[in-house]
Order: sequence, then structure tokens, then C-alpha cells
Amino acid sequence: MLLKDEVEMLRRITLFSGLPPAKLKLLAFTSDRVMYSAGENLFHQGDIGDAAYVILAGRADVLVATPNGQLKVAEVEENSIVGEIAILCNTPRTATVRTATALEALRIRKDDFLKLLADFPEMAVEIMRVLADRLSQTTSELTEARSRAQRAEA
Amino acid sequence: MEPRLSRYIWSHTRKQQLWILLVVALSMVPYFLSFDLPKQIVNGPIQGEGFDSPEATQAFLPISFDLPFFGEVNLFSGIELGREGMLLGLSLVFLLLVIINGLFKFYINTYKGRLGERLLRRIRFELVDLVLRFPPSHLKRVKPAEISTMIKDEVEPMGGFTGDAFVQPALLGGQALTALIFILIQSFWLGLVAAVIVAVQAIIIPRMRRRLLVLGRERQLTARQLSGRVSEIVDGIGTIRGHDTSNYERADIAARLGRIFKIRYDLYQWKFLVKFLNNFLAQVTPFLFYSIGGYFALQGQLDIGQLVAVIGAYKDLPGPLKELIDWDQARQDVQVKYAQVVEQFSVEPLIDVKVQEISMAPAAPLTGALAAVNLSVADDGGSRLVEHVSIQIQPGETVAVTGGTAGGGEALAEAFGRLTWPASGRIVVGDDDLHALPESVTGRRISYASSEVYTFQGSLGDNLLYGLKHAPLTEVVYDGDKAAHRRWELMEAKLAGNPCFDLNSDWIDYQAAGATGPEDLFAKVRAVLDVTLLTNDIMALAVRATINPAEHEAFAGEIVAMRGALRRRLEAEKLSDLVVFFEPGSYNIEATVGENLLFGTVTNTERWQQALESHPFFKTVLKRAGLHEIFYEMGLEIAENVVELFRDLPPDHPFFQQLTFMTAEEIPVYEALLQKVRGRPLEEVSEDDTIKIIRLCFGYIEPRHRFGLLTDGLMEKIVVARREFSDGLPADLVGIIEHYEPNRYMASASIIDNVLFGRIGHKHTDGSERIRAIVRDLFESLGLYNKVLAFGLDYDVGAGGKRLTAGQRQKLNLARAVIRTSDFYIFNQPLLALDQRTQDQIMRNVLDFLRARERKPAILWVLANQALAEHFDRVAHFENGRLVQQEPKIPSKDSDYKELAS
Repeated sequence: MLLKDEVEMLRRITLFSGLPPAKLKLLAFTSDRVMYSAGENLFHQGDIGDAAYVILAGRADVLVATPNGQLKVAEVEENSIVGEIAILCNTPRTATVRTATALEALRIRKDDFLKLLADFPEMAVEIMRVLADRLSQTTSELTEARSRAQRAEA
Repeated sequence: MEPRLSRYIWSHTRKQQLWILLVVALSMVPYFLSFDLPKQIVNGPIQGEGFDSPEATQAFLPISFDLPFFGEVNLFSGIELGREGMLLGLSLVFLLLVIINGLFKFYINTYKGRLGERLLRRIRFELVDLVLRFPPSHLKRVKPAEISTMIKDEVEPMGGFTGDAFVQPALLGGQALTALIFILIQSFWLGLVAAVIVAVQAIIIPRMRRRLLVLGRERQLTARQLSGRVSEIVDGIGTIRGHDTSNYERADIAARLGRIFKIRYDLYQWKFLVKFLNNFLAQVTPFLFYSIGGYFALQGQLDIGQLVAVIGAYKDLPGPLKELIDWDQARQDVQVKYAQVVEQFSVEPLIDVKVQEISMAPAAPLTGALAAVNLSVADDGGSRLVEHVSIQIQPGETVAVTGGTAGGGEALAEAFGRLTWPASGRIVVGDDDLHALPESVTGRRISYASSEVYTFQGSLGDNLLYGLKHAPLTEVVYDGDKAAHRRWELMEAKLAGNPCFDLNSDWIDYQAAGATGPEDLFAKVRAVLDVTLLTNDIMALAVRATINPAEHEAFAGEIVAMRGALRRRLEAEKLSDLVVFFEPGSYNIEATVGENLLFGTVTNTERWQQALESHPFFKTVLKRAGLHEIFYEMGLEIAENVVELFRDLPPDHPFFQQLTFMTAEEIPVYEALLQKVRGRPLEEVSEDDTIKIIRLCFGYIEPRHRFGLLTDGLMEKIVVARREFSDGLPADLVGIIEHYEPNRYMASASIIDNVLFGRIGHKHTDGSERIRAIVRDLFESLGLYNKVLAFGLDYDVGAGGKRLTAGQRQKLNLARAVIRTSDFYIFNQPLLALDQRTQDQIMRNVLDFLRARERKPAILWVLANQALAEHFDRVAHFENGRLVQQEPKIPSKDSDYKELAS
């Protein structure tokens, strides 16, 4: 796949849709194109985050370690970005991401990603929107879980 | 140490000082004889005194004494010589005396010099010895650079002074006194005048010099602080630049230099003022002689002959007096320096000498428990980090310490590791106080590792085995010159009060590492490296090393042979796409166009650049292969792409790190160049511009840059041109390219590149990881592993281990503790720089490794992560410096402890 095609794919991702094509090309150029077979880890919970991944093709599971073993909490697929939290907040990875199928991704290094955010505020806003979405989803799931727990106690 | 320098010198060099005094006195005899001789030569043979007739002779060198009671004793009546013979004889005697005087001087100076150097060696050693025995609290307060300045520079003048310390005043004082007595004999009153002036000099000058001494002390202090600050700047350069405080540092240094300048200038002024006064006083005496003496002579109260004799004798007085005053100045100067240094090193309480005494015998195992008894530990500010804690660690038991940073567990571990001393309470081993036991026991039977690591400059292997070097265990046998040199070393060391330990001896305590000798030590090293997960790090360092195949011929051969094995292995595991191998007949898609064209690597980049620009060879070959125009087009395409991508970015943008074709500064150059050549045929473009564009192609890698420029046809053409390049390479270009040859070790490439003989594909992120794993595996199966690992152990870790990552340093530090056989291991969060998963893994490895020992040791581990406590026999939980809870293992998941911990 050529740089041009990658730019096309990046454009389809909401996060990057607002960026001018020249910048998308730059993003693609500075990122590594990586391939995984099914069952490989993109990264592991607890590790220090050094990159975010834009999935170009394939699917992956988001797994969290619990006392009862690993729990699948979400799934990511084509045209989505994973691993950006750890590089934004400098925290260890909050989950493990393991490929469910063969997967192709663009690996954006932490420094490059942060630089991009600083250069393009519209991208930062988009990131905020995605995070806020996730937070509200988590909150509603938590509320639901609590009420379920209350019902069970009662 | 003795606070007065003169007493220190006297107590260590008493015998030598007396000897040198004797020699100096003896040397006076030929010295005075040589004074008298010129007079004899002139008066005798030259002016003819005693040679009344041409045939007259005189006795040459008669030896006779006038002894009381015996009268004249005639030992040798001399040789009768004529006038010429006498002249020659006396001249030869004069020459002989000159030689004897010279030899005396030579002997005295070298003797004094040696004396001084020995004393300097002694002082320096004693100071370093004191540093080794400083209490921990003091070491936190001092700056290392200041200590090293004191030991290196500030004590230096003391060596030079030692030789003169007693001889000089005796000699000069004697001379001055003789002159004074002579004047007194000539004329009592004039002598009295001279004596009064001398007394004034002797009282006033030293008084004035007191200020000089104060200034001198200040100079010394400020200079020492300056050297401390300079080293701080070097150490903290990252912080300085990171916070833009370089100008603050400039201001600080300028202010310090200003102060030093002022002190030095003051010093200078005073020094010359004192000198002026001194000279004036010395000259005022003859003035008094002339005026007062002359007046009395005119009055007839004084004999003119006496006055002339007094003035004549006086000229011998100022010389020695001045030197004596100078000597006194030097004495006070070094005394101040010495007192300063001694004051800095007078620290209480020092570790007792007995505690650090060398012990050749292996330390007996500790059988008692390691225990804190009502222990309190305070930090420098006096606040308590550990308060009244009593805890016992039984032999063989494993204890986890939890409670986080403020808990006090770390401080407890530091106290067990003797890094801090108890503020109150005690630490005992069995019945003995930990601090009263010799270090040959505590430093061997107790091992301590924390996240604060010190790595010494040297190889990785040296650092790993550092904890085993307690004593010189073997007697080195020297022969011939070396034996003589060793004897000399021993003698000198003894004379300067230094220890006689032989640094060339084998210091490694193999037994303590569980080995019997150097032969089976490597297995132990390997095991420990595996336990601390350092092996892969070291292997990674090792395979990146370049070695000289001429020195390791067999090894290089085996590496070359491995290339085939690697290929078969990858094929067998269906991983062939991980590596693209170099094949003489095909294009390597993962290598640059340049590499493919040359089929080799450039060993001399500078000459290569020159050749590319000016050597006709490249252009001819490219043209003949039909590549010239294609490369030009391709270069244009690359330039267009790069300029488009990077045009808007500021030159310091981090993205430029990923740009391999050109530097940020070249972007506008190429932008202008593109404007110039766009749309014009190649023939119209100048030679220089063509080269500028063509060279962009050489760094292009299709899978990495993804501009879509390499077609199959082009690749074929490049492979064809490859042969022309290697066959037709002119003689003057031969040295700058090393060709890829499947059967030869490449000296300019690393070990791993030699094994791979290809490029790792870009497609798999973990491609290089996997390849490394496979290569390691291959090394193992081919029996090369230990050899490669040994190359890694030779890796130079740099000053303070800066060439290793923080994580590697901490792993090394842990390995350094684990390789020793101890009864107690204190681990104080030793792996903070690593991620949690690796920390857990290493901790479990270390626990298993140590538990498997014949004598199961006790382990105290301060944990950052409470969840890991389940691997230990017992958990001690600390809060606010107090031991809150001790539990024998967490019984179940929802215990009180778990709640407490969360």
C-alpha cells in the first residue's frame, strides 16, 4: 500500500477527517506501517505507552486483567484509533489490545502524536470529543451496573 | 589527623629530616672550602706569593692538624710543586670541589623531593581512607568535586614544603645568626642596631602576613566551591537547559569569579606591600650604618676599619633573612591549607578502622536473626522516618514490606543496608550490633540493592562482579623486572603508609559466587543474568558490537556459517518474510537503493560523499546501465514529495528525525532547485544539480517511504549495474566500500548484521524482536551463546553507567547482589525503573533462585505493589514510620489486610 492510499484511509477516520490532506500525508509518512497476525498483542496492560495505533484493516479485542483472568471489555475495528490514552496522560496502558484477526495498523509514536495535537487544535477537540463519548458511555454502564447491584442486594 | 602540619611532617619523617640535616651540614665543608680556594689560587701561583724564585716550590695538599696537648700532627706533608704545577693542581681541586658541591646538591634535592612526594602520597591516601570511613550523614552534605579538589590540588603544595620544613630554617637561621654575631663582634652598637631592625622585621612582617593568611584561606574556599559548582553544572546540564536557567548559572559563575578575582587581587596587593616594607627595612639598616656609623667615625669614636667590616658583614644578612621570611610565608600558607583540609575531614563518628579490616578468609554464615530493636531512623532534617520499630527476620524467612513511600519501609531497609545509621535503638545480627561487626561479615553475608544504583566506569562484567571483590585472594608471582618492580612498589607503599594489596591479584571471590574458579564462574553469571532478565539486554548490546575478524578468526567463521543455519531455520518456521537476505543476483527491497547498487556498505562516509560528487566513475556506470535518467526522475519525485511534506514545518520539528533524505536546512535549497529544473530536460540541468537530485535516490527504501517509485524493471537494472560497480571499481575507491560477500565476515558491520546478512522487514513491528529471539536460540544451539555474551560483558557502561538505560542499571545492580552468596538479602524497591510486569517477573525469578540455594537465605523485600506480597512468608505493613501490622501471609482475598492495603 502506498502513502497515497494510506492518506485515503486516514481521511475516513473521524479523528483525522478535519485535517488538510498534506498533513495527513505527513502523519502517514512519519508513522510506521505494521502488520500483525491473529492473537498478537499490540500492547500490554501496565506497560508504558509509547505509541497509538490507527487500525487500517482487521479487528482487535480490548482486554482488562481481573482477578478471574482477562476480561474482554470492548472491540476495535477498522478506522479506529487505540492506545491514545496512555500517551496522552503518561499512564501505564489501561488495557491489553490483542488482535482477533490479521491486522494492519499505522503506529504513531507518542512524540509525533503530541506534536500533531499541538499543531492542530481541531484534532485535539476531536480527541476530546471521542474521550467524552467514551466517558459518558462508561458512566451509563456504571450506573446500570450499580442499579443492578442494588437490585440484587434488595 | 594531626591538626598541625609541622608536627605531622615531623612525626612521619623524623629520621629522614635528621639525616638530611646531617648531610646538609656535611655539604657545608666543601662549600666553604670552595670559597677559600679562589683566594689561594690568585694569591699563590698567579700573583706569586711564596714563589720568590722561579725554581721555588711549595707543598701541595699538606694535611696537618693543630691538636691541643699533641701539638702539630702531620699526616701528609704534601707534594712539592712548582708555580705552574701548583696552578694546575689547585684549579683541579677547584673543579673537584665544584663537582662535589653539585653532587651534594643533587643528592639533597632528590632526597628532599622524594621525602615530599612520599608525604604527599601518605596524606592523599589518608584522606581517601577517611572518605571510605565517613558516616553516611556526612556524605550527604559534601560535594564530591570539592572533596576531590581537596585531595588532588589543595594538598599538593604540602609535598613541596616537606623537604624544606626543617632543613631550610636551620640552614638559613644559622647563616643569619652567624652574620649577626659577626657584626656584633665588630661593633656592639651597630650590631645592636642591626639586631633591632631584624627584630622589627621578625615582628611586623608576620603580623602583616596574618591578613595574607586570611585571604589565602578565603581563596582556597572560594576556589573549592567553584570547582563544586562547575561539576554541578556538568551534572545538571539537562535540568539547566530544560529550565532555561543557563543565564542564572552564568551569573552565578561570573559572581564567583568576581569574588575570587577580588580576593586574589587583594592578596596580590598585600603581598607586594609586605615585600616593599620588607625590602625597605632591609635597606634602612645600611642607611643607619652610613649615617650614624659615619658620624661616629667622623667624631673619631669609631674605627673606620670596623665600620667597613660591619658594612661588609651586613651584606650577608638580608639574603638569608629574606629567604627565611619567605620560608615562613610558605610554611604558614601550607599550614592554613592543611588545617583547612584536615578540618573538612575531621568528621565524627568515623567508621572504626577495625570494621573495615581486610579479611582473606570467607566469612562464616550468620546464624542469628537480623533484627531491629526499638529502631528509629531520622532524615537530615531530624524528622523521624522510622519510629520505635522492632522487627525480626529469621534466617531463611522471606518478608515483604509494604506501606508506600511515606510508610517507612524504605528507611528501614536502608538502615538494614547500613546506608543510614539509627537515630536511636539498634540493629542486631544474633547478639551482635550490626555496626560493630566487621564489614567483611556484614558486607558479604548481607546483600543490599535499591533503585539508587551506582555503576563504576568499566565493563559490564566488572560491574557485575564488583560485589565479589573483597580481598586479593591469589598471590601473584612476578619474575624478572616485574618482580623487582613489585618489590619497589611494596617498599614505597610501606614508606608512605599505604597498604600493600596487589591490584593485579585476582580479587574475585569465586566461592562467594558459588563457583570454584574462573572456569565455572561464567555459568553462575549466566544464571544470574537469566534470573534478572538481563541476558537479552546484554545479548542486544553484544550483537551490536563490531569485532575485528582478524582477532577472532574462528568466531567470525562460525558467524558466517550461521547465515545458512538462520535461513534454514526461518524457512522451517515459515518466517522467511521476516528477513530479506542479500543475494548477489537479486534486489533487496528492504535495503536502500544505494546499498543495492553498491552491494556493500560505505565504510568512509566522507570520502564516499566526495567521490559521489566528483568521481567520473559513478556517472559513467550509471549512464551505461541506463540508470542516469531514471535516477534523475526518481530523485525529482522524492524531492517533490519531501518538499511537499516538510515545507511548512519549522526546522526543529521532531518529524525531521524521520527524514533520511535531507536535513531541515536543505528543504529550501531543494525547493528552489525544483523551481529551477522543473519541466526542463536533463541535458539542460547542470552537473551539480543533477548530482544533488540523483543522490536522493540512494537512501530510498520502498516499503518504508512508500512513494511507489521502484518498478520491477528498475530493480533488475540496478542489479545489473551492481556487477559493473564491483568489477570496475577504480583503485582509488577500493577502501571506502565493503562488499557483501556471503562467505566473508564484514568487519564494518555488527555481529547481528553479519548473522542476518540481510535486512529485517518493515512489515512486522516485532520483526526485530522475533529475529533476535531466533538468533539467540541459534547461538545457543550452535554453542556460540556464551562467546557472544562475553562480548556483551565487555561492553563499557560509561561514566556512572550512562550508556545503559535506567532499567538496565537497576537490573545490573540487582544481579550484582544476587550473584553473591549471602544470608540476608535486603531489596529496597530495586526495580522502580521497570514496568510492573517485568518487576513482578524478576521478583518471582529472584525469589525462586534464592530459595533454591542450599542454604536458604532470608529476604526482605520492600514492595511498591502490595499485590505481590503473596509470594512471601510474612508481610510487614508500615504506616507513618510505624510497623502497623505483621501477618504470616495473607490468608484469603477479603481479609482485613487487603482492606487496609487498598
